[in-house]
Amino acid sequence: MSTVHVENMTKHYGAVHALDGLDLDVAAGTVYGFLGPNGAGKTTTLRILTGLARPTSGKAQVAGVDVLHAGNALPRKIGHLPEEPAFYTWMTPLEFLDYLGRLYGLSTSARKSRSKELLALVRMEDVSKRRIGGFSRGMRQRLGVAAALIHHPEVLFLDEPASALDPAGRKEVLDLIENLRGQATVVMSTHILADVERVCDMVGIIAKGKMLVQSPREALLERYAVPAFEVEADDRPALANWGESLKRLPWVTSVTSQNGTLRILVKDVKTAKAALLVGAVGAGLVLNRYEEIRPSLEDVFLQLVGSESVS
Amino acid sequence: MNFITVFRKEMLEQGRTYRFLIVAAVFVAFGLSSPALAKFTPELLKAIPGVPGGIQAFFPTPTVADAMGQYIKNMSQFGVLLALLMTMGVVVQEKERGTAAFFLTRPVSRTTFLLAKFASMTVAFVVSLAVAALGCWYYTYILFEPIAWGPFLALNGLMLVVFLVYMALSLLGSTIARSNGIAVGLAFLSLIVIGGIGALPTIGDYFPGRLFSWGASLVLKGTDTAWPALWISLGIILAALLAACLVFRRQEV
Repeated sequence: MSTVHVENMTKHYGAVHALDGLDLDVAAGTVYGFLGPNGAGKTTTLRILTGLARPTSGKAQVAGVDVLHAGNALPRKIGHLPEEPAFYTWMTPLEFLDYLGRLYGLSTSARKSRSKELLALVRMEDVSKRRIGGFSRGMRQRLGVAAALIHHPEVLFLDEPASALDPAGRKEVLDLIENLRGQATVVMSTHILADVERVCDMVGIIAKGKMLVQSPREALLERYAVPAFEVEADDRPALANWGESLKRLPWVTSVTSQNGTLRILVKDVKTAKAALLVGAVGAGLVLNRYEEIRPSLEDVFLQLVGSESVS
Repeated sequence: MNFITVFRKEMLEQGRTYRFLIVAAVFVAFGLSSPALAKFTPELLKAIPGVPGGIQAFFPTPTVADAMGQYIKNMSQFGVLLALLMTMGVVVQEKERGTAAFFLTRPVSRTTFLLAKFASMTVAFVVSLAVAALGCWYYTYILFEPIAWGPFLALNGLMLVVFLVYMALSLLGSTIARSNGIAVGLAFLSLIVIGGIGALPTIGDYFPGRLFSWGASLVLKGTDTAWPALWISLGIILAALLAACLVFRRQEV
């Protein structure tokens, strides 16, 4: 059952087609990485799903609520962290979270305890009574995460949640998102592939307003896997000779050599696994490294987005 | 939905950002200074060195009418200006900063968002005007003679209606505008249109500016009335607020 369901959605700004028949499905409890280059339509999609913008056509449902006719039902189901969360700078984090708690109808004691809990979660207890006006972008981002979680939302939309943070801050936010797995459905838009690889179990790649592929992360990596092996040895002439001999084998696609490393692309992974190590030993090579190359999400992303931009 | 919560936040914001203080300070300053200026201006002019002695006879003795005239003149200029300045940025700045988008994904309806702002500005103006009126009444009593409370309250009520007209129009401009500059332009356009047409004979009797002269007439025991201008002013306030809500409901922020 999809918690977020988008069907054939379009959004036109004059002649610009920000979304062009987008389909999207996010299962309950998953952490969904919404990947795409700048201008692909990620933010537009999130703005529509959070009720800030209206689509030109198409359907969208979030947690069983029709986004286009949601009224007041949608805000209670979702949490939203925009790319650059904005605050009333004259407020303190405590006042801010208390205000949000009031909007969601939390009792005084619930507001107090939830604010305290969230400020501890985002490590902001020591600045809880300082005015937000003096906060760095990273601090604002962390406070934004706390704000998005105040009412235990069913679905959490995060627009580039870690892009403005330093490595330590990024790790904290990603850990936080990881901990939400199973508690809430998280849809996280980003262009940082490493973040998606780290926390997301489902990935959707969007370009030019269209969903190119949507799949569990591991299945995606397997589907777009490049069958390749790398072999590294100190004896470069012997390595080069062996590489030349490999080129003549029917299951080898290509062999390239660089800095004492052979990269062997193969047609048949099973045969390659059986033959490569035996062949290297037979050629008298003392190996420093033998590795089956796993594609990164970056490889998949570039393959897909690259082919889309060519077409 | 959540009107009281948002309204409380707006009031707190007015206090923390000193907007309430500015409105109160300006109003109180003019409330207190108007009777004093009316009383002492002739004295000051007489005291200027080199003023021929005979000319002093041409300075009329100031009366309560001068005090009220001064009060109405100051309020009609600075009160209206303040109504425009304090309201023109309230929505557009939130759109530009991103706070509007951040809060409209919460359980806050767009109507609540706008009306809470208008209500909090109204409270700021009512309180400030009340203090200013109290000061003006007291100084008029000390420097001239007591004025009847009823007509004086009516005068201030009518002035408040005029301020609310400009606040509602300025709020509408701020809602329509995509940038602060456009909001400023729309606010002053409302001043030019309402003030400009209101200055014309005959048709001006139906415009908000006419309420100032009706108020003056009430205080000075005249018989002048301007009911059509009052109804039209209230109509403008309601229409501007309704239009702002409708525009904002359809707007992408």
